[in-house]
Amino acid sequence: MKFFEELGHYVLFLIRLFSKTERFNVFWRQTLHEMNSIGVGSLGIVSLISIFTGAVSTIQIGYQLVSGLVPDYIIGRIVRDSNILEFSPTITCLVLAGKVGSSIASEIGTMKVTEQVDALEIMGVNSANYLVLPKIVAGVFTIPLLVTYAMTLSLIGGAISGAMSGIISLDYFVKGMRADFIPFSVFFSMIKSVTYAFIITSVSSYHGYKTEGGALEVGQSSTKAVVYSCMGIILFDYIISQMFLQR
Amino acid sequence: MIEVKNIYKSFGEKVVLEDISAHFLKGKCNFVIGASGSGKSVLMKCMVGLIGVDKGGIEYDTKDFVSLDYDQKKDIRKEIGMLFQGTALFDSLNVEDNVAFPLRMFTKMSPDEIIERVNFCLNRVDLINVNKLFPSSISGGMKKRVGIARAIALNPKYLFCDEPNSGLDPITSRLIDHLIKEITLEYDITTIINTHDMKSLFEMGDYIIFIYKGTKWWEGAKADIRSSGNKELLDFMKASEF
Repeated sequence: MKFFEELGHYVLFLIRLFSKTERFNVFWRQTLHEMNSIGVGSLGIVSLISIFTGAVSTIQIGYQLVSGLVPDYIIGRIVRDSNILEFSPTITCLVLAGKVGSSIASEIGTMKVTEQVDALEIMGVNSANYLVLPKIVAGVFTIPLLVTYAMTLSLIGGAISGAMSGIISLDYFVKGMRADFIPFSVFFSMIKSVTYAFIITSVSSYHGYKTEGGALEVGQSSTKAVVYSCMGIILFDYIISQMFLQR
Repeated sequence: MIEVKNIYKSFGEKVVLEDISAHFLKGKCNFVIGASGSGKSVLMKCMVGLIGVDKGGIEYDTKDFVSLDYDQKKDIRKEIGMLFQGTALFDSLNVEDNVAFPLRMFTKMSPDEIIERVNFCLNRVDLINVNKLFPSSISGGMKKRVGIARAIALNPKYLFCDEPNSGLDPITSRLIDHLIKEITLEYDITTIINTHDMKSLFEMGDYIIFIYKGTKWWEGAKADIRSSGNKELLDFMKASEF
């Protein structure tokens, strides 16, 4: 019952975001600021995670493909598909749920407990629209770009680790990467990224926005934001895969 | 003038405000006093619309705020300035941007006009050369002044101050008090001040409303307090050594 109550509050919160919009130039300035914060601010961690995800997946696939009947270039193909379809969008967004989600929840939560949100409301500003909508729009545009960047780096990481460890040569890896490529995989990955971006930014904003109390509650909201965002990502990973990849 | 009529507010089973009616005089410093937990802050939040009332009305110059729709309330809110207990300055904005915020949101002023108005408001509260400082790097008294500058940026008709000198040293408290009084008289603002600082009240109060356990216990001019014969009010003053 509590779950449905919470879900109802979340939906009402989303409706409020779009109900009374503020000036476009103010919204645009805020959105650009958030794009910089979410996108540029996450480049470092996304780069690190992606390179190592690609590298590790190449080594592990190479370790498991011991049959002489399977050509080596298949490693490149499996690394490509597993990274584009799953690792890059899901792992990147799980990491972003931790980094961006906690940052959003604690920022809005702190504004709530220090009456900054009240100050906006008294001025006649729709605080939810002013604070949250730019974050959601920025996330929905920026996170897919980060995921695309992560895909590229994970394949580069995979190719380098394969060549350095002697598992597969660079030529063979590239040959595998190009074999039977289905462009829909990238489209599928973008669908996941946009969905995850919406989940991360909206769930985190919601938990930040309903914070009441003090520093302890801000910390709790931040934790809830990360936990529920991760749960949402995992749930929608399954739902989207079921919808689009079922033969 | 602001008038509250038979306001009721409860949180769950707990009744916080019960049948409160009062009026607040135009161009005067109206004080709402009472012990901690008496319902002063809830009354103020109800008056500015941050908390909805269960029953009763709030009139701003005869317009019933409670029954207005969002856009109509927004029009009245543009005429309200509020100084929060914790100042509520936006951490991510510097002093200049904090004061400029309502101007950028609600006026069509050019950037030069906005800066001119910001500097005027900051000068009015005796702050010079602090435009680029962030709230985290200024003192409590300066934050209160910036809060006042932001509150008066749009030339409000009503100024709400929630415990304006809490957490300040006595000298800075008096400076803030005098500043609020001067601004009230200069711009003919209806000012409502929540406090339990009796020194502030006796220095600058014009009209007083005493809240006791969620009900209005006494209302009248400052000069009438001592002769009010109201035991709770006199006890409250006595506890404050007045």
